Formats: sequence, C-alpha cells, structure tokens
Amino acid sequence: MLKNKKTYIKIDEKIKSLTPTEKFVQVIDRTFSKDLFVGLGIVVKRMIFFKREKHTLDYPNEKYEMSTRYRALHKLMRLLDSGQNSCISCGLCEKICIADCIRIETKKSEDGRKEMLDYSINLNRCIYCGFCAEVCPELAIVHGQDYENASEQRIHYTDKTTLLTPLDEFLDGKQIEFTGYGSPSIDADDKIKKTPLSY
Amino acid sequence: MDIGFLIAISLKCLVIIAVFAGIGGYITVIERKILAFMQRRLGPMNMGPYGMLQIIPDMIKLLTKEDVVPAGAIKPIFKIAPVISVIATFTALSAIPLLPEFTIFGITVSPIIADINIGILFVLAVGSTAMYGPLLAGISSNNKWSLIGGARAVSQMISFEVIAALSLLAPIMMIGSLSLIDINNYQVGGIQNWLIFTQPIAFILFMIAIFAETNRTPFDLIEFEAEIVSGYATEYSGLRWGIFFVAEYAAMIIASFLVSIIFLGGFNSLWIIPGGVMILLKVAFLIFLFLWTRAAWPHIRPDQLMEFCWKILMPLAILNILITGFILIL
Repeated sequence: MLKNKKTYIKIDEKIKSLTPTEKFVQVIDRTFSKDLFVGLGIVVKRMIFFKREKHTLDYPNEKYEMSTRYRALHKLMRLLDSGQNSCISCGLCEKICIADCIRIETKKSEDGRKEMLDYSINLNRCIYCGFCAEVCPELAIVHGQDYENASEQRIHYTDKTTLLTPLDEFLDGKQIEFTGYGSPSIDADDKIKKTPLSY
Repeated sequence: MDIGFLIAISLKCLVIIAVFAGIGGYITVIERKILAFMQRRLGPMNMGPYGMLQIIPDMIKLLTKEDVVPAGAIKPIFKIAPVISVIATFTALSAIPLLPEFTIFGITVSPIIADINIGILFVLAVGSTAMYGPLLAGISSNNKWSLIGGARAVSQMISFEVIAALSLLAPIMMIGSLSLIDINNYQVGGIQNWLIFTQPIAFILFMIAIFAETNRTPFDLIEFEAEIVSGYATEYSGLRWGIFFVAEYAAMIIASFLVSIIFLGGFNSLWIIPGGVMILLKVAFLIFLFLWTRAAWPHIRPDQLMEFCWKILMPLAILNILITGFILIL
C-alpha cells in the first residue's frame, strides 16, 4: 500500500509550456551556449589531474589486487601446523560439483585412514561456481586470486601436484593462507577462550 | 641565379621537409598520449620515457608492412594518390615564413623558401590541391567506403575553401597585401595589434574552415570510423598509408602556422620572448587545440556540415567583408 502518493514525480507535469518569447530565448541560449567549452574544460581537467583521475593500470608492472572472494583457480591447502594435506578426502566437493568436474581417488592406507591418491579438476567443465570451496569442511579446497591462467596445457593446473602447495614452498612459509569466506578471522587467536571444565 | 643560391634553397628544402615529416609523424604519438590522458588512460608506455619513443616501432611497422594493392583497383592512380597528397601539402609549406630571420655562422638565413608577394593565395591554392589525394584514392580503390570518403572529402573541402578564402579577405583588405611577411609586420608591437582583436569573426570562421580542411574532429566525416571504416584510406596499408598520415599531420602544422601568422601576431617578439619562440609556442598551442577538440567534441553529420557551411558561415563571412569594407571607407 502506498501511503504517500506524492513521492512520485510526474515528469510530464514538470515541463512547462513556453511562451514564444521564452522559446526564442531558449533557442538563442542553446545556440550560443557554453556547452562546447564546458566540454573542453572537463577534458582538460582530466588531463591536468591525471594522477588522481587515472582509471587504468600499467598492467604487467602494476597488478590489480583481487578480492578474497574472487573465484579464480582452485588451490589445495596444507595444514599450517603439520604440513599435511588438509583434505580429508570426504568427497563432498566431488558430490556437490554441479559441473561434475572434480574427481578424488582414495584408498585405505596402512594406518587405517583414508589417503588421497589424486585430486583432479577438469577445467574444461568447471564453471567456477565455488560450491566445492563452500562445502569443504576443512577449508582444504579454496579459490585463489591468481587470474593469470595462460599456459600451454590445461593439465598444468588441474592435478594434485599443481593444486596442492608444494612442500618446499610450504616450508619456506610461502603458502598464501585463504582469508575469504569461512576462514578464521585475523584476530581469531585473541578470541580463543579456555574451555570451561565444569558445566 | 648563381649556384650558391640554388644550394642554399635545396638545403632549406631538405631541412624543412625532414623536420616537418618528422614532426608530422611525431604528432601521432603526442596525439595518442594526450587523448589517453584526457580519457583517463595511460597510452603507449613501453618505448622510451613515458612511451615517448613510440614513433620508432611505429615507423618500423609501417616500413616493413606489406604494400597491398587490392584487386580491381586502378593501380597507377592508387599508387600515386598518397604521393600527390604529400607533395601538395609540402609545396604549400614553401611560401610560409616559419621563423624570423636569424644569423648562424655569420650567414643570415631567412627561413622561407620562396618569399612571394601572393603568399596566402599560394598556400591556399596549393594546399587545396592536396584534395586530389583523397579524391583519387577514393575513386581508384574499388571500395565503397573509399568512394564515399573521397566524395565527402571533395564536397567538404570545396565548401570550406570558400569559407577560408572569404574569411581571409577581410584581414587582407585591412592590410592591403597578400604576402605573409607583410601580414606579420602589420602586427608588430604587442598583443593589442594582433588581428584576432580587430577581426574576431574572420578568426573564428577561418578556424572552423581549417578544422574542416584538415579533417579534424568536429568535421572528420572523411574518415570517420563508425560510418565509413577509414574513408579514402581504407584500402591503403604500410608506407602508402603512412604517407597519407604524414600529409594530414603536415597539413595540420601548416594550418597552425597560417593561423598564428595571420591572426595571432606571427613571429613578432612579445615582451622578452623572442619571435622564434613565440611562433613555435603559438603553433604548439594550436596543434594542442586540434587534439583537444578531438577528445572533447562529437562530430556532425554531412548534411549538417553543408548546411552549416553554406547557410551560416558563408553569409557571416560576406557580412564580415561588407562591414570591414564600410569601416575602411569611412
């Protein structure tokens, strides 16, 4: 229900009919208007304040910083404390994938746990919907911010060896932690409290 | 006519052609940079400091590109059209006093190739024969865009030749001479003597006319990309296209020189600024104006252009001549 109908602005009512004198003045005004020179002024202002107004990047030298929610190529993360693959091979991402492009091969290892043999994403089919990253209980599969995907073959991006952070890189502390949706906040350490022992 | 005179003239010709072809090419880079800044972009950035040496890869590209002559084109005419264009443009340059006389190594040099007493007439007449370039290119290319571009070039240039000549008639009546040096000397002694203040209407009309004759933006129907691809130059590639380009930009420089000599005080010194620097400053500003309007203004339709020319500008020009004549008589 509209309580106040006056909020509508009727454009037709705003246009007043002009008298011939007013029309003549309007024509003269528009013919000799300063519009062309206003245009010149605007353009030269863009040039003088170029440093402030610049809208483009000097691309290969400067790069755009993507949002943490940007969904670029997938990454498999390692656990920070142990360096093990975070993936527990639960298979949720494989099941939720609407493009049916994720495949996990697992086996039962000697210690009785599930062990991941291979994790592959078929980038021919992937639509980058982000469901796999959202459903992952361990933040193991995430979307990175790396948008420069040029390569000779798609395989360069799609199997476990490339998705997972290389171990030596991880040991150097070069794994870029995922800070997007679902990740612990930056001040998570301060928020941790001791578990009350007595209920 | 002794041999020393001939050598001096040929040297002058060589220097002027080399310098103007170079500047004409270099304005393309400056145009790209200025347009980019005005549109909040960076423009060419990789060659030299701030992309200022972009002309080198451009030249290499133009020189090494294949020279395609389309099937069905009239070959000799197609090949000679850009040459006609550039020769006419540079010939027009010969009657323009570029700088004041100066002395170097004890020799007094007057930087004008031919000091003829009908300077303006010569420049306008020879400059307008450059129209044959677009016309012949359009006819011989065997391409509808080229043909339309050529037809537009002819109609536009003929129309605006009238405006240019009529608008210049009033200042010429005041000065009583067609020589560009006489016109320059008429404006000696400070800004208040510049002809722009006594002939403002003629100045505006002449500016509009040269914008149309050099095919710059408000009147760039001849090669407007959105309508007729590239106009008369559609089928050209490589060096021939480059020659057309050089001719076009050289025409821009000539127009700037004409305006600054006839209306803006020419190469007379002002306050402490010497005359040579003065005219270069004015020419640089006028060329900047050409680029500036290209970034800011839309262009108009061919029929609007013709209407504008014959129904508004020509009556104004004739009125200006009449009023000037009456004032001179009284």
